Amino acid sequence: MSSVTLDSAVASHGPTWHVASRLLHNRSFVIGAGLVLTIALLAVFASGLAPFDPLRNSFRTRLRPPDATYWFGTDHFGRDILSRVLFGARISLTIGLLTALATGIAGTLIGATAGFFRSLDNPVMRLMDALMAFPAILLAIAVAAVLGASVPNVIIALAIATTPHTARIVRASVLVVREHEFVEAARALGATELRILFRHVLPNALGPLIVRLTYVFATAILAEAALSFIGLGPPPPAPSFGSIIAQGRDFIAEAPWVTIFPGLAIIVSVLGLNLLGDGLRDVLDPRMRT
Amino acid sequence: MARFLTKRLAGAFIVLVLVSLMSFAIIWLVPGDPTAAFLDTSATPEQVARLRHELGLDQPLIIQMLDWYGRILHGDLGQSILLKRSVTAALLERLPVTLSLTSVALTLALLIGVSAGIVAAVNHNRWPDQVVMTAALFGLSVPDFWLGIMLILLLAVQFDVFPTGGYVPLGEDPLGWLESIVMPAITLAVIQVGFIARMTRASMLEVLSQDFIRTADAKGLTRTDIMLRHGLPNALVPVLTVAGIVAGSLLGGAVIIEQVFSIPGVGRLIIGGILSRDYPVIQGGLLFLAVIYLGVNLAVDILYAAIDPRVRLE
Repeated sequence: MSSVTLDSAVASHGPTWHVASRLLHNRSFVIGAGLVLTIALLAVFASGLAPFDPLRNSFRTRLRPPDATYWFGTDHFGRDILSRVLFGARISLTIGLLTALATGIAGTLIGATAGFFRSLDNPVMRLMDALMAFPAILLAIAVAAVLGASVPNVIIALAIATTPHTARIVRASVLVVREHEFVEAARALGATELRILFRHVLPNALGPLIVRLTYVFATAILAEAALSFIGLGPPPPAPSFGSIIAQGRDFIAEAPWVTIFPGLAIIVSVLGLNLLGDGLRDVLDPRMRT
Repeated sequence: MARFLTKRLAGAFIVLVLVSLMSFAIIWLVPGDPTAAFLDTSATPEQVARLRHELGLDQPLIIQMLDWYGRILHGDLGQSILLKRSVTAALLERLPVTLSLTSVALTLALLIGVSAGIVAAVNHNRWPDQVVMTAALFGLSVPDFWLGIMLILLLAVQFDVFPTGGYVPLGEDPLGWLESIVMPAITLAVIQVGFIARMTRASMLEVLSQDFIRTADAKGLTRTDIMLRHGLPNALVPVLTVAGIVAGSLLGGAVIIEQVFSIPGVGRLIIGGILSRDYPVIQGGLLFLAVIYLGVNLAVDILYAAIDPRVRLE
C-alpha cells in the first residue's frame, strides 16, 4: 500500500480506522481471526449444532468408529465425540478467555506499579522473577492440585503461571511511554499520578499487552489440556478438549478417534490464536516482529 | 565484567531466597488442614497429630520457616510421606533420567530449529521461508502430550518401531536407551523447534540487513561465505539468550512427557507427589527444578555478557 493512500486514510478516518485497515490487510490476522471466530461460533451454538447430548451414555453405541451418524465416533460410554468436542470447545475457550482476562488485569496492575512507581520496581519484579523460575506448567499443576480440580481453580492456576511474563511486558512499555512529553505535559497541567497512569500511560502501552494476551489465550488452551491429562482439569463428566483426550487415552489402540479429534480441535484453535497474535503483533507492536 | 557479575549474582541470590520461600509457602495455599488431604476421614486424632508433627505443622510458622531454611542449606529436602525416604535422594536418583531426556531434546531442537531458521532467513519471503514458518507455527500449536500419544499410536502400536514407554539407562544398554528416548525427545523438542526457528530467522534477517554484510558483499565474498562467516555467528548471539527460556520450557515439558511415556524421571516423581499430596516431595521438587532453572539462566547471562560486551554496560 502506498504511503499516499495511508496518509489520506489516517487524515479522513483517524487512527482506529488506520489500525483496522492494516489488520485487514495482514494475512496472519485475517486467517487467524477467521479460525478463532469459527471455533467461537461453534462453541456458542454447540447446543444447537451438536447432533447428540454430549453426556448421554449408551452401552449399545460403545467405541463406534466414525461413520455417517457419529462423524467423530463414540467413546467407551457410547458418547458422541463430535458433540463432546463442540461442548468441549465451550469449556476450553472459556478457560482460555478468562485466563487471558485475569492475567491481563493482574499483569497490568503489577507491571504498571513496577514501571510507574519506581521505588516499587525492584521488589515487585524480583517477586515476578521468582515466580518465573518455576516451570510455568509445573506451577499451574501445583496450584491446581493444591486448590482442587475445578474450572475456576484451573483459571486461577493458569493466571498465576502466566502473569509474571505479562507484568514484565506491561512494565517495559510503561517505562517507554512514561518518558514521553505528553506525560510531562499532563503533569504540568496538574494531573494526579494515578490519572496520568490510567489516562495517559496505560492506553499508550496497550499494544504489546493485547498481543501477549492473545498468546496467553493460546497457551491456556494447551495448558488446560495438559492439566486435564494429568487429572487436574475441569472435573468429569463435562467435557473439555483435554478431558476428552485424557479419557480416550486408555482406549488408544482400539478407539484412536476419541483422542485424535479433540487434539485436532486444540490445534485448530491454538493455531488460529497464534496467527491472530502474529498479525496483531505486526501491526500493534512492530518492534517485536520475528 | 566484575561489576556485571556482582550485580547479576546479587540479583540471583534475592530471587533464590524468594523461590525457596514460595516453595515452602505452597503448603499454606491448601484450604483447611494440609493433613486432611493426605489422611482419610477415619484417621484418629493421634494419627493426625503424628503427621502434623512429622510435617512440622505443630510448630509456630517462624520456627517452621527457620527449620526449612536450616535443612535446605544442607541439601536436605525432608522425608517423603509416601515413599518413606529422603526427597533429595529420590530427586538425585531420577535426575540423570530427566537430564538425558531434556538434553537429547535440546540438541534436536537446536540442530533442527537453527538450520530451519537459517533456511528461512536466507530464502526470505520465498517458498522455503513460508514452508518453514508454517511448520514452526504448527509446532507451536500442537499439544505436546497429544503428539506423544499419536507417536505411540503410530510408531509403537501400529508399526512396532519403538517401545510404547519406559526407560533404559544409557550405561545399561546404549541401543535400548536410544530406542526408549527417541519418541519422548522428539515430542518434547517440537514446540522448541518452532520457537528456535522463528528466533533464528528473525535474528538472521536483522543481521543480514546490517552494513557489515553489505561491505562483505561489496568486497566480493561469496554468498555462502557471507552467511556462514559474517551472518550466522552474529545471528546466534540472541538465540543463545533464549537458551535459558528453552531450558525452562524443556524442564516443564518433561514433567508432562515423562507422564505420557512412563519415564521414571524427576517430573514423574513430582507429579506423583502432587497427586498424592506428598508435601515434602512437592516443596522439594519445586525448589529443585527452580534452582536448576536459575542456575542455567545465570550461566547463560554470564556467557552472553562474555560474548557481547554491550550487555555488560547496560
